[in-house]
Amino acid sequence: MTTLVGGPRARGRRRLLLRSTPLTVALSFGFIGILLFLAAFGPLLAPHGPGSLNLATGLTTPNGEFWFGTDDLGRDVFSRTIYGVRYALFGPVLIVVGAFVIGNVLGLAAGYRGGMLDASVMRWVDLMYAVPGLLVTIVLIGVLGASYLLAVVVLVVLTSPFDTRVIRGVTLEQRSLPYVEAARTLGLPVRAILFRHIFPNILPISFANAFLNFAFSLVALSALSFLGLGIGPGTADWGRMLSESRLLLFENPAAALAPGGMIVLTATSMNLIGDWLYDRLADRGRAR
Amino acid sequence: MIFIARRLVAAAVLLVIMSGAVFGLLYASPGSAEQVLLGTRVANEETRENIRQRYNLDEPLTTQYWLWAKDAVRLDFGESIRTGEPVLNAIKDRAQLSLRLGAYGFAVAFVAGIGLGVLAAMRNRSGIDRAVVSLSVVGASSPAFVTGVFLLYVFAVLLGWFPVFGQGEGAMDQLWHLTLPALTLAFGAAALLIRFTRAGMITALDQDYVTFARARGVSEGRVLFGYALRNAMIPVVTASTVLLAAMLTGAVLIEVTFALPGLGALLVDSVAFKDVLMVQGLTMLLAAVAILTNLLTDVLYLFADPRIRYTRVAP
Repeated sequence: MTTLVGGPRARGRRRLLLRSTPLTVALSFGFIGILLFLAAFGPLLAPHGPGSLNLATGLTTPNGEFWFGTDDLGRDVFSRTIYGVRYALFGPVLIVVGAFVIGNVLGLAAGYRGGMLDASVMRWVDLMYAVPGLLVTIVLIGVLGASYLLAVVVLVVLTSPFDTRVIRGVTLEQRSLPYVEAARTLGLPVRAILFRHIFPNILPISFANAFLNFAFSLVALSALSFLGLGIGPGTADWGRMLSESRLLLFENPAAALAPGGMIVLTATSMNLIGDWLYDRLADRGRAR
Repeated sequence: MIFIARRLVAAAVLLVIMSGAVFGLLYASPGSAEQVLLGTRVANEETRENIRQRYNLDEPLTTQYWLWAKDAVRLDFGESIRTGEPVLNAIKDRAQLSLRLGAYGFAVAFVAGIGLGVLAAMRNRSGIDRAVVSLSVVGASSPAFVTGVFLLYVFAVLLGWFPVFGQGEGAMDQLWHLTLPALTLAFGAAALLIRFTRAGMITALDQDYVTFARARGVSEGRVLFGYALRNAMIPVVTASTVLLAAMLTGAVLIEVTFALPGLGALLVDSVAFKDVLMVQGLTMLLAAVAILTNLLTDVLYLFADPRIRYTRVAP
C-alpha cells in the first residue's frame, strides 16, 4: 500500500507500465519531453532572437530562412514559438505547485478531521466550482491592475479547489484503513499521521491531478495574455503572439496557427497524461 | 419542498455576499474612489463635487453600500465612466447578441454532445468510441480563442464559406455570421457534455434493469432513450453549472476573437478602461446568472431523480 511513484518497488513495474501505454499517451510524453528540451536549450537552437525586429523584411510567408514566416514587425515566428515554451511552462508550474500545497493541506485536514471544518471547506469548493474562474480573474486583474504575478496568484486560488476535492476524497478513504487506526492507537500526533503516513499514499493521485491542473492553468494564462491582461505586450508568449497576429490570418496564417497549435498540443498532452495516470491509479483501488 | 426552501435561502445569502464583493471593487481599485469614478474627465471642483454627490462618497461605507444595493436591486448601476451612458442601457444593447450566440452555441453543443456521448457509450471501446473520446479531449484542452482562430482559418480564409468578422444584418445574415462563433462555443461545451453523457450511459447500460428490459423484448430505442438515457442524465444535470461556467468564459473569448460587440467584449473593454461601474454591473449580472443556474440545477435534479425528494441531502 505504501509504494511511492518512483520508489524502489515501483521501478520494476515501470517497464510494464510503459509497455501497456497507449500510443497517444506515449506521444504525449514524447511531446512534453521535447518541450522540456526546448525550454532548456531553445535559445541555442532558435535561428533568430525573440524580439529582433526586421522591418526591412516585414511580413513574409514561411520560407527557407523563416520557417513559419514573419509577423508584421518582421519577427521570426518559429523562433518566437520556441522562446514561448519557457513562458508556457513557467507560469503553469507555479500555479500547479501553489495549488498542490493548498489543496493537499486543506484536503488532508478536511478529510481527516471531518465535521465543521470539512463542511466549510467543501462549501467553498462547491462555490469555486460554480464560479467562471477566468471571468473572475479578468475582473480582479482589471480592477487591481494588470500584472502577471496577480494572475498567477488568482489562478492558484481558483485551481486549488480541484486538488482539495480530490485529496479530501482519498483521505476519507484512507482514514478508515487499519494502518491509520494503528498509528492513532500508538498515539502519534495528527500532523505525523497526516504527513508521514497518509500523505505518501495520496501523493500519486495529487501527481496525476497536477497534470490536469497544468492544462487548465496553461489555457487560463494564455487566455489572459490573449486578452492583453497577463504578460506584457511584445513578449514571445503564445497567447500574446496569437492575439497580435490574429489579424494576419490572410497574410501569414502560420503566425497565428503556430502558437495556437502549441497551446492545444501542450494542453491536450497534459490532459491525456493526467487522465491516464488517474485511470492507472484507480485500477489499483485508489479511485478518486 | 424543504429542500427547495433551503436552497433558496442559500442562494439569497450568496447573492448578498457577492453584492458586497462587487461593491468593494470600487474601493479595491488603486486610487481613491473619487479618482476612479472621475476617469479621464477634467478634474475641477464642480465635477468632483457632482461625483461625490451622485455616488454618496461622503456617507459612511455601510450607508454607501446600502444606497448602492438599493439602486442595484432596481438594476441601476450608475453611469459608465467611459461613455457616460447608464450601465443598464449599455448592457441591454449588448445582451441580445450574447444571448443569441449562447443559445445557438448551446443548441449545437446539446445535440452534438449528448448524441455523440450516447453513440460512444453504445459502441464502447470501438473505433467510434475512441474517435469521440479523442475529440472531447482535444475540445476540453482547446481554449476558445484558439479554436476560433483555427475555424476562421479553415472556413473563412481557406474555404471562404463564412465571413471573417462582423455580426451581419437581418435574421438569416446574422445566423450565418454567428455560425463560426457558435461552433467554437459548442466545441468546448460539447467536449464536457460528451464526457458526462458517455460515462453516465456506460454505467446505466450496465444496470440490471437494462438487461431485464432487453430480455422482456423492449425495443432498443426505448431501452436507450426511455431507460438508460434518463438515468444517465442525472450526472449531466449536476454538471450543468460547470458547463455554464465554461460557456460564459468561452463566450467572452469568442466575442473578442470574432470582434462581436456582445457583453463579453464589453467586459473586456471596460476592464481595459478601468470603467469600474460598468464592471460592477456586469459582474453582478454574471453572479446572479450563475447563482440562478445553480438553483435551477437543484430543482431540475429533483425532477430527474425523484429519490432526492424523500431523503435529506448533506449540505
